Amino acid sequence: MAVLLDRNTRLIVQGITGREGTFHAKAAQAYDTNVVGGVTPGKGGTTHEGWPVFNTVADAVRETGANASVIFVPPPFAADAIMEAADAGVALVVCITEGIPVMDMLKAMTFLKDHPETRLIGPNCPGIISPGKGKAGIIPANICREGRIGIVSKSGTLTYEAIAQLTAHGLGQSACIGIGGDPLIGTTHIDALGLFQHDPETDAVIMIGEIGGSAEEEAAVWIRRHFTKPIVAFIAGQTAPPGRRMGHAGAIIAGGKGTAGEKMAALTAAGVTVVKSPADMGQALVESMRA
Amino acid sequence: MKIHEYQAKAVLSKYGVPVPRGEVAFTPEEVHDIAKRLGGPIAVVKAQIHAGGRGKAGGVKLAKSAQEAETIARELLGKTLVTYQTGPDGQKVSRLLVEEGLTIDRELYLGIVLDRSSKRIVVMVSKEGGVEIEKVAEETPEKIHKIFVNPATGFQSFEAQKLAFALGLTGDSLKKGVKMMLALYNAFIATDASILEINPLIVTKSGDLLALDAKMNFDDNALYRHADVGELRDISEEDPLEVEASKFSLSYIRLDGNIGCMVNGAGLAMATMDIIKLSGGEPANFLDVGGGANAEQIKNAFRILMMDKNVKAVLINIFGGILRCDVLAAGVIAAVKDLGVPVPIVMRMKGTNVEEGKKMLAGSGLNFTTADTMGEAADKVVALAKGGK
Repeated sequence: MAVLLDRNTRLIVQGITGREGTFHAKAAQAYDTNVVGGVTPGKGGTTHEGWPVFNTVADAVRETGANASVIFVPPPFAADAIMEAADAGVALVVCITEGIPVMDMLKAMTFLKDHPETRLIGPNCPGIISPGKGKAGIIPANICREGRIGIVSKSGTLTYEAIAQLTAHGLGQSACIGIGGDPLIGTTHIDALGLFQHDPETDAVIMIGEIGGSAEEEAAVWIRRHFTKPIVAFIAGQTAPPGRRMGHAGAIIAGGKGTAGEKMAALTAAGVTVVKSPADMGQALVESMRA
Repeated sequence: MKIHEYQAKAVLSKYGVPVPRGEVAFTPEEVHDIAKRLGGPIAVVKAQIHAGGRGKAGGVKLAKSAQEAETIARELLGKTLVTYQTGPDGQKVSRLLVEEGLTIDRELYLGIVLDRSSKRIVVMVSKEGGVEIEKVAEETPEKIHKIFVNPATGFQSFEAQKLAFALGLTGDSLKKGVKMMLALYNAFIATDASILEINPLIVTKSGDLLALDAKMNFDDNALYRHADVGELRDISEEDPLEVEASKFSLSYIRLDGNIGCMVNGAGLAMATMDIIKLSGGEPANFLDVGGGANAEQIKNAFRILMMDKNVKAVLINIFGGILRCDVLAAGVIAAVKDLGVPVPIVMRMKGTNVEEGKKMLAGSGLNFTTADTMGEAADKVVALAKGGK
């Protein structure tokens, strides 16, 4: 069993004819992911870099048997692309696009309630990689190695940092899931931790959170009740000033809520090894597995 | 994006939200004329800055005549207001809102925001208006009444009625309250607002309901479809370096320290600030150059970093994914050669094409301090900022 991606994954790219879409479709294929085609409305029936292009996700699913999609379409159309993928019955939808309006995502999240078979990752995320099995998104494959540690993170490059630290310690990864830094996201920390808890190929987890919202506090409550594997957490934004949006749309301390301190305290109380320094994630994980 | 109170009131009144009569003024003479036109026994002169807490800081004053209003205006215009939200430097007043004075019977609170956990818009009200709502939420959360709106149906009349009853409204005021709340919700949705706060929402002695104050923020990601809202931006209220950075799609936030940081990715940028602090230093800024920065953006990022005269040393922390380390190195070398950066620079690169990047730095003839890990980079830059070496 693998977390989210395996050799049966048949991936399409929504926005495959765009620059980003093309680049990452090639990178996924180079990593032995089975990329079966792409969708660009109006370009159906053509081929792009050898892949068949379809007008709709439904067409792509019917013709290629696709069961996963990665979305690289511009923000004004991205929520629509998510809903289209769900409507076509795609089981795994990974939305990389940054900058989707909250109102659009509110509609998409409501739409997804009628499609419980679809799991959304993101938006505004680096996607997922299951080292040795495949990738859907932009996480660089060359820093990963196959192994048994899971990573779930709101951040992109900070996830790469965690991966590199693990790899430097000789620890490979079972799956790295970038869940995104937007206020509304499909798969939460809790959802991802649930996948790792039930994955026999994952021994321990690094969880990376950020200021803003209360997802980390909610995860802490869940971890205390349900999570039995070693887990190390880092929360970015310990020095962030209140009331300022720190890059990610969701990373803001509002009304005194969503501080790093609250999140770290909640996770510590739930038995999580919380590191203050982002440089200590890998080392702390090594130690937590020895304990 | 934030806007001024008078702008928010103009937006809201388009959606049928009752607001006091009033106009914005930029000079004492204009204040005089507006107060005269309003005609009532009392005019209210309100400083317009993008921060709350104006009343306590002396930014809201009552005038019994047009003459007095003008005198108040002379005092307020050009003054720097320091409130709990402005920070110690305060915010200079250059616009005033002049409004009719009203006889207030009750002060209520209404707020509309996104609730992330339930993935719904929440409309909340409280009888405790006119005070800091964060305090009410913390100390007496039972005094805040909420409706989590079903996105498929929108805010319904019976829900607004529930809130109106919870506020103790009756008779005519009840009807007016329901109508006003529905209008506020419509305004929030139609403009892609991210925060809408009416504090206080007043009930007058004659039973009318009005938005006495109004705070509206908007979703930056949705501004492309609201040109009219975008025009309300007042860049004089924003930090000039942040405005400059936004022109190049760089996410920059100025802080108080002396170590400039340039990082790719918001999470890593925050983590870099955190580790600088842990190493005993103070970050001068948050700067995310984004995932796909080119050499030109790197150069502009550098220029903006150096415009902050507090910066004594710079830490560049880049994890190359899409952004390749050789592209970064080329941008940094070009920037340093062009701009003549007078402070020490610590470079920490990882990821795609890192070896090429390192070779370019070494061969540039410029003096970079390099580091392999985040911890090492932070220690080095903190030492350099303190004048070690």
